[in-house]
Amino acid sequence: MNLLKIIYDGIVKQNPVFVLVLGMCPTLGTTSSAITGMSMGIATMFVLMCSNTSISAIKSLVPSQVRIPAYIIVIASFVTVLQMVMQAWLPSLNDLLGIFIPLIVVNCIILGRAEMFASKHNPIESLCDGIGIGLGFTIALTLLGSVREILGAGTIFGARIYPEEYGSLIFILAPGAFIALGFLIAIYNRITPTNKP
Amino acid sequence: MLTYLSIIITAIFVNNIVFAQFLGICSFIGVSKKLDSAFGMGMAVTFVMTIATLVTWLVQQYLLVPFGLGYLQTIAFILVIAILVQMLEIIMKKISPSLYAALGVFLPLITTNCAVLGVAIIVAQKEMPLLQGVVYAIATALGFTLALCLMAGIREQLELTDVPRPMRGVPIALVVAGLLAMAFMGFSGISV
Repeated sequence: MNLLKIIYDGIVKQNPVFVLVLGMCPTLGTTSSAITGMSMGIATMFVLMCSNTSISAIKSLVPSQVRIPAYIIVIASFVTVLQMVMQAWLPSLNDLLGIFIPLIVVNCIILGRAEMFASKHNPIESLCDGIGIGLGFTIALTLLGSVREILGAGTIFGARIYPEEYGSLIFILAPGAFIALGFLIAIYNRITPTNKP
Repeated sequence: MLTYLSIIITAIFVNNIVFAQFLGICSFIGVSKKLDSAFGMGMAVTFVMTIATLVTWLVQQYLLVPFGLGYLQTIAFILVIAILVQMLEIIMKKISPSLYAALGVFLPLITTNCAVLGVAIIVAQKEMPLLQGVVYAIATALGFTLALCLMAGIREQLELTDVPRPMRGVPIALVVAGLLAMAFMGFSGISV
């Protein structure tokens, strides 16, 4: 299989947020601004790349009855590594993302890709799938974070677009997350021809 | 007594796990199509969350803290939850086949329900005493059940309406959830 095609599929055709609708908790919980959304996306991408590659490498050693617990342990180890790195070097970002960093373990995208892709392909292809799906996730989170930040606070990545008084706070708060994501998925469904229901 | 009442009201209404804390959204969107299954899932989550919080609290207090293994929290907790769910499934099958028939299908889904791990981590982070933690877990799970049942009721009606094509399915469900979350924001002034 063409490696670039795997990456492209991960970003567009199998976008984890817009098409597969997986990993909703961090998608909604960490996108109150573009920068937090992007950081969460990159953190998830790191875990996904590492876990996909190593699970694909050990897939023939693991008996199929205990594969799910084994995958979860692999994923949890990488999440712990990420947690330690962030606590050491990016403490402010770590506080901002809070509980969603340890919760990467139960992000259905990661276990889903391990089960659907990494357990059937070789490590290089799995790494590419991790990059593709991770990028797709990062793009979706950055997009949602930008939309919410622009509508809610009038800024994007902290740069002001219009005065703060005109922003509607609801988009920064919880309800805005659901509504903005609902409309983004609807727009995605409308513009991707292959995906019409 | 008043503190417990305050914990319960806060966890169910003010800080609802779905609408305010964004945990357990995957099962919230996935299992909220029918009222019966929504209620079953809610009960299964309540069951697992209560026991999981109890066990992870003990693991945290008597294993991780005394031996200085705090950094293994994530791995230890997810392992405990995965084993617990598996064990509950086996025990339930043996002891109460009727309960298993009602809740069994939801059990495997719960391992990856971030609400269960989320609550366990929150209880450990805030260093709640055991009873307080368990009460918090039960109340949070009831809040989850409430959210799931409300959503399922609305979605059953939504089936009959003519929704624009790109909005069908998940998008409209998310918008409805947004409106529900807005309604729940009305509780945010309450403090008992």
